[in-house]
Amino acid sequence: MLEVNNLKTWLDAGKTQVRAVDGVSFAINRNETFALLGESGCGKSMTALSIMRLLPEAGRIVAGSVNLDGQDLLELPEIAMRTVRGKRIAMIFQEPMTSLNPVLTVGRQIAETLYRHTALRGDAARVRVLELLDAVGIPDAQVRYHDYPFQFSGGMKQRVMIAIALACEPDLLIADEPTTALDVTIQAQVLELLRKLQREHGMAVLLITHDLGVVSEMAHRVAVMYAGEMVETAERGEFFANPRHPYTRKLFASLPGAVRRGEPLETMRGNVPPLDSDFVGCRFAGRCDFAWRRCGEEAPEWSEVAPGHAVRCHLVGSGAANSPLCKRGAGGDFSGANIRDTVEIPPNPPLQRGEFCSTRQPSSQEQSCVHRLALKGREAAPEQRERPVPLLDVCDLKIHFPIRKGLLKRVAGHVYAVDGVSLAIGCGRTLALVGESGCGKTTVGKGILQLIRPTGGSVRFAGEELTQLKGAALRARRADFQIVFQDPYSSLDPRMRIADILEEGMISLGTASPPAARQASVDSLLQQVGLSPESKYRYPHEFSGGQRQRVAIARALAVKPKLLVCDEPTSALDVSVQAQILNLLRGLQDDLGLAYLFITHNLAVVEYFAHEVAVMYLGRIVERGSVEEVMHAPRHPYTRALLSAVPVIETGSKREVIRLSGDLPSPSNPPRGCHFHPRCPHVMPVCRLNYPAATGFSATHSARCYLYGENRENGGGI
Amino acid sequence: MMPFKLVLLWTDGLLWLLLALVGLYVWRVRRHEHLLQPWRRLSRSRSGVASAVILLAFVAVGVLDSLHFRLPLEKQAGGVVRHYSPEVLSVFDLLVGPLRKQPEKTYSAPFATQLYAKETIELPGGRQLRDYPRLKYGGAHLADPAGEQAGDIAATALEGGAWALVAGWGATLALVLWLARRRRISPGAAWSLVRHGRDEIPWRTFLGTVGMLILFACLAAAFSAKYHIFGTDKVGQDVFYLTLKSIRTGLMIGTLTTLVMLPFALLLGIMAGYFRGWVDDVIQYVYTTLNSIPGVLLIAAAVLILQVYMDSNQELFDTVAARADIRLLFLCIILGITSWTGLCRLLRGETLKLGEMEFVQAATAFGVGHFRIIARHILPNVMHIVLISIVLDFSGLVLAEAVLSYVGVGVDPTMQSWGNMINGARLEMAREPMVWWSLAAAFVFMFVLVLSANLFSDRVRDAFDPRMK
Amino acid sequence: MINYLIRRLLYAIPILVGVNLLTFALFFVVNTPDNMARIHLGIKHVTPDAIAKWKHERGYDKPLMWNATAAGAQKAADTIFFEKSVRMFAFDFGRSDEGRNISYDIQTRMWPSLAIALPVFAIGLLVNITFAMLMAFFRATYIDFAGVVLCVAMMSISGLFYIIGGQYLISKLLHLTPISGFDGGLNAFKFVVLPVTIGVIGGIGAGSRWYRTIFLEEATRDYVRTARAKGLSELAVLFGHVLKNAMIPILTGAVVVIPLLFMGSLISESFFGIPGLGSYTIDAINAQDFAIVRAMVFLGSVLYIVGLILTDISYTLVDPRIRLE
Repeated sequence: MLEVNNLKTWLDAGKTQVRAVDGVSFAINRNETFALLGESGCGKSMTALSIMRLLPEAGRIVAGSVNLDGQDLLELPEIAMRTVRGKRIAMIFQEPMTSLNPVLTVGRQIAETLYRHTALRGDAARVRVLELLDAVGIPDAQVRYHDYPFQFSGGMKQRVMIAIALACEPDLLIADEPTTALDVTIQAQVLELLRKLQREHGMAVLLITHDLGVVSEMAHRVAVMYAGEMVETAERGEFFANPRHPYTRKLFASLPGAVRRGEPLETMRGNVPPLDSDFVGCRFAGRCDFAWRRCGEEAPEWSEVAPGHAVRCHLVGSGAANSPLCKRGAGGDFSGANIRDTVEIPPNPPLQRGEFCSTRQPSSQEQSCVHRLALKGREAAPEQRERPVPLLDVCDLKIHFPIRKGLLKRVAGHVYAVDGVSLAIGCGRTLALVGESGCGKTTVGKGILQLIRPTGGSVRFAGEELTQLKGAALRARRADFQIVFQDPYSSLDPRMRIADILEEGMISLGTASPPAARQASVDSLLQQVGLSPESKYRYPHEFSGGQRQRVAIARALAVKPKLLVCDEPTSALDVSVQAQILNLLRGLQDDLGLAYLFITHNLAVVEYFAHEVAVMYLGRIVERGSVEEVMHAPRHPYTRALLSAVPVIETGSKREVIRLSGDLPSPSNPPRGCHFHPRCPHVMPVCRLNYPAATGFSATHSARCYLYGENRENGGGI
Repeated sequence: MMPFKLVLLWTDGLLWLLLALVGLYVWRVRRHEHLLQPWRRLSRSRSGVASAVILLAFVAVGVLDSLHFRLPLEKQAGGVVRHYSPEVLSVFDLLVGPLRKQPEKTYSAPFATQLYAKETIELPGGRQLRDYPRLKYGGAHLADPAGEQAGDIAATALEGGAWALVAGWGATLALVLWLARRRRISPGAAWSLVRHGRDEIPWRTFLGTVGMLILFACLAAAFSAKYHIFGTDKVGQDVFYLTLKSIRTGLMIGTLTTLVMLPFALLLGIMAGYFRGWVDDVIQYVYTTLNSIPGVLLIAAAVLILQVYMDSNQELFDTVAARADIRLLFLCIILGITSWTGLCRLLRGETLKLGEMEFVQAATAFGVGHFRIIARHILPNVMHIVLISIVLDFSGLVLAEAVLSYVGVGVDPTMQSWGNMINGARLEMAREPMVWWSLAAAFVFMFVLVLSANLFSDRVRDAFDPRMK
Repeated sequence: MINYLIRRLLYAIPILVGVNLLTFALFFVVNTPDNMARIHLGIKHVTPDAIAKWKHERGYDKPLMWNATAAGAQKAADTIFFEKSVRMFAFDFGRSDEGRNISYDIQTRMWPSLAIALPVFAIGLLVNITFAMLMAFFRATYIDFAGVVLCVAMMSISGLFYIIGGQYLISKLLHLTPISGFDGGLNAFKFVVLPVTIGVIGGIGAGSRWYRTIFLEEATRDYVRTARAKGLSELAVLFGHVLKNAMIPILTGAVVVIPLLFMGSLISESFFGIPGLGSYTIDAINAQDFAIVRAMVFLGSVLYIVGLILTDISYTLVDPRIRLE
């Protein structure tokens, strides 16, 4: 139905032309979901915008054709194109927060499309809008018709966007990263909705995403883009069973997960080549482990390896027999080739384990808070007394932000961002704090570091109470715990050189006082995180996102901390870069004995990386345990739903997926009783009354739910 | 003993301070690539280069006019105590000597040879005649103005043009040689770079603007020796001279006001945004209160009060210039007080945003103190806002000076300023034929200055605003 | 929402008190009544008796803040602060130094001011928004470029020249309207046309350029892309989506000045001989009549604060996020 031929879209960037899309061809049939997969900057969004002819002002289409049922859209005059947009091709965007007009009611925004393309007016249009709102699963459509976008949550806004797109029953729906900005449980809802609507309306969907899991759940056919062109295309089953392009394979191999635990992830060296240059050979050649002479000289053509499965690679095309790989006897199949491109970590500096990391017998007062909690749920087992004092021991941490209202700004209520969180981390261990956005996990991290002063509870670091420390005493402790932030772009001061950034902490905390010693340690830090010492004279903007994150890690390491709070350190990065950073963090833990509090929403990273897991929901930890216990035998209904909502790459049978209804409630007004009960599939009357106590399942595993333990007797059956 | 007595007026001192600060900034920028980058972007824009050249010419006049001194009185008793003339002169006055020293009796039109008003002239024979008398200086070298003037003007224009041509080529040559040296290429290569506009910096625009300035300067110099090119005012002073002297006033108002208000705006804006809480509340209250008083009225009230003070303490000022200068300084201060709120609000907003940035939190996690965080993280990251707003405010302040002088609360009436010129000329609007030249001169100079400032500020904003990248 | 407005209203009170204290300090503490008397009676030859008489006639001979000689509440009330400053809260501005009733003058003079300022504001806003929309519609073309150049040139010309040039061209050369003057009722029209026209033209440069920036900034937002993806025409996008959002920043700047329109314009009123509050103020400044200047300072602040409150109300009209909070 839609046929894109040799599409080339260039962007003006001053004197040079960025070839954002450089010769892309594909076709989509009715009833089909076609996924365009690629990392950021590969041109997948530009392709979509080119089809809609909605390019930004700097962009223009220089060649190619876009045929919709045989009609070339690029030839149409702008006026005719407007009858195509919204009617025959509709589009939904990545950011539901900003993609709706904030000052118009959602009803009007949906009706606008109807007014533009259909004869429906007045009540008829209104009825149709209500139908659409119903269809995309917005409850109380009658009422919400008159609501403004700010009154909707992110997931609901994306549903409204979908309603707008569906209004005229388009032939093709372009979904540009439709769920990237949403939490997994919400993502699951929206993806389900898209699938259902496609089945009902029989439309074609062009799905643009970077997430292999989403592709696996949604797509019929897949195309992989790299540096402005497509490198591989196949049916979904074939694609996941037998990926052929080295880039695709690398993408798969760099995904973290339980299977790869304990071993480094595969990474790609170098960066995506700049798109304003002329390419002679294969664009991936510079980063490919199998590149040979021909790859640098000649751009590969498509070669079909199976029906419907084509690859742009000299290793599989004609003449592949000449490749060095084949000569080595590996044949066309190089999957078994033992390739590792790990970050080189220089010889280990001596371990810096503090004296408090010994495994001496703790006195009963020194038992960690979490430990005591676990003991409450179970009979105290004697072997548990041998556990060491944890490095960090957080007990009943509370951080409430006052909401001021009224004439005199009186405190009218609180945002219960963190409401009684207890956790403990031992030396050299990784605790993953998992939860959806808004659950308070970042606030926990900042509260532990005393960047936000807690409202209540205690934070003991190596036995010392941090919440009571002030001024110089607190500063003296600060070298022991540091933080790595999520956004590598805002976490480095753009006006400071790398050397100054790294030195700041050393100067402030006086860890390496003579300037010469500082310079030496700057050099060794940069090497430690895999950057060259020369880079210390440069400024952050000269580095890519992954490199900046390395600098941020080096900055934290500069003061030789024992504990690193990693606040979503990889969620702003592409998968291949994420792998590099995870490898680096893992290596550092092995070498330096660092403990990590790893704050994340990415469960695959948790499975790969963490020792223990704590799952947070609305300011409280609902389940904790070792990574095996929580990830493989989750008890709390929320943990289960969370785990099942993650899109996974599975070629075989589909698991049963628990779909959660509704959104995360507001932390300023948490539901009575168990916070999770309004969304819980197993809700019982007792859940609405009181927050459940912890139930222990093993020495480490516990959950707060009425389904288990003593709670069960109180609640009475499911 | 010096043959003159240096006079350092308050505004002079502040101007030198400002120049020193600019010098310091330039020195810093040259050593830091990331600071240099926006300036490079700026230097690539044609309107940016052209407006910068014109602004620099204005600044040069203003700076020359800020080197003040008093000459000794002619009749000295050779004794120890020397008495100096009460008239304060500047280096600029010396450079344009004839302009200052050739006053007529009253109005005369540009290039006129006769006065504007008829007078009773006594003829040699004792007869009296009511006619337009000849000017004392303007066109005095002509025997028969009616017949000779056209030819004389053409000849003078040619002479001026020739000089301009020589100077223009001199400037081009100097540029080519400098470029060759700096880029380490042959002068021939540098010349072709300039000629074909192949360099990043639009040298042709640069040379064109410089050439136009040179042409104007040469023509003005050639003509001013013989004529009053913009006529004379009510008391016979050369209007061109007044206009040039007004440049300093305009520049002072435009720059010193900013210099005065900058510390307040920076300190309070950053404090409000960084510390938040009650500090923020207090600072917001202060600037909302100040903002709520209509600016012109606050200035009027303050200037009236200053007037009262100066009238009752006349002994404090030894010269007219010192008196006028204090009023100018005070005007700058009061303009500063009414105008810092805008920048303060901007800085507060930006600091609020920066405070949320993760690099500031990282510094806090290192236990870096508030003062150091402000100095090392906040201040450098808001400097572009300061720069943009300085340049943006400049043109508005130059225009404000004219309005305030018109209202009667501007600079001292004895001080040369465009506002005073317009104010004076307005009263003569009804006369037939109209006395238009003072207005025209003030209009042209103000327009050129403000237009260049506006164009320049546009380019500065484009180059410095991170959102524009 | 009501709560929000009440809060804004209450917030105005400390600001008014601040302004009041500031004017009091400026006019009576920094600049003493003795100084004022000297200015009016001449600097050189003035006797203490004359000063005392001048002060007594105008009520400036009372103690500043606290009258120890009076009884009871009069201790605080029979002072300059109470008589001259606190009374302003009730819009009782007293008498000018020349003995005129300021409140009466304000009441009669604000209407001519409004007759000029209101049309200038309304027509100006309309013209500026129209020009800005035109430039935004033709963005990145030569029409837009020429418009911006024209705007920059126009805003580089001092307002005084617009008035002088307008008077010269329209009145003196073409004799279309009187040069200056004012009349009541419908006759006012012929006197009003020229000042209004000049006022509007003088504001086009800065105004349209500022609004153009706002429109262009809105035009890059994501929701505009969504609107285009619906197949809407460029005009529908501009009027249906961009304009409504751009009204929020435009209102911030525009609504706050509406109450200040009563104050008129200093410059154009004095040039055109309009008997409004602007020329009243200028005359007072030239006559060094502190009482009137003080009254106008306070009045201006009150009107500005009213403007701030009106701005807040207007937000609730255009921005549902504030209306429904």
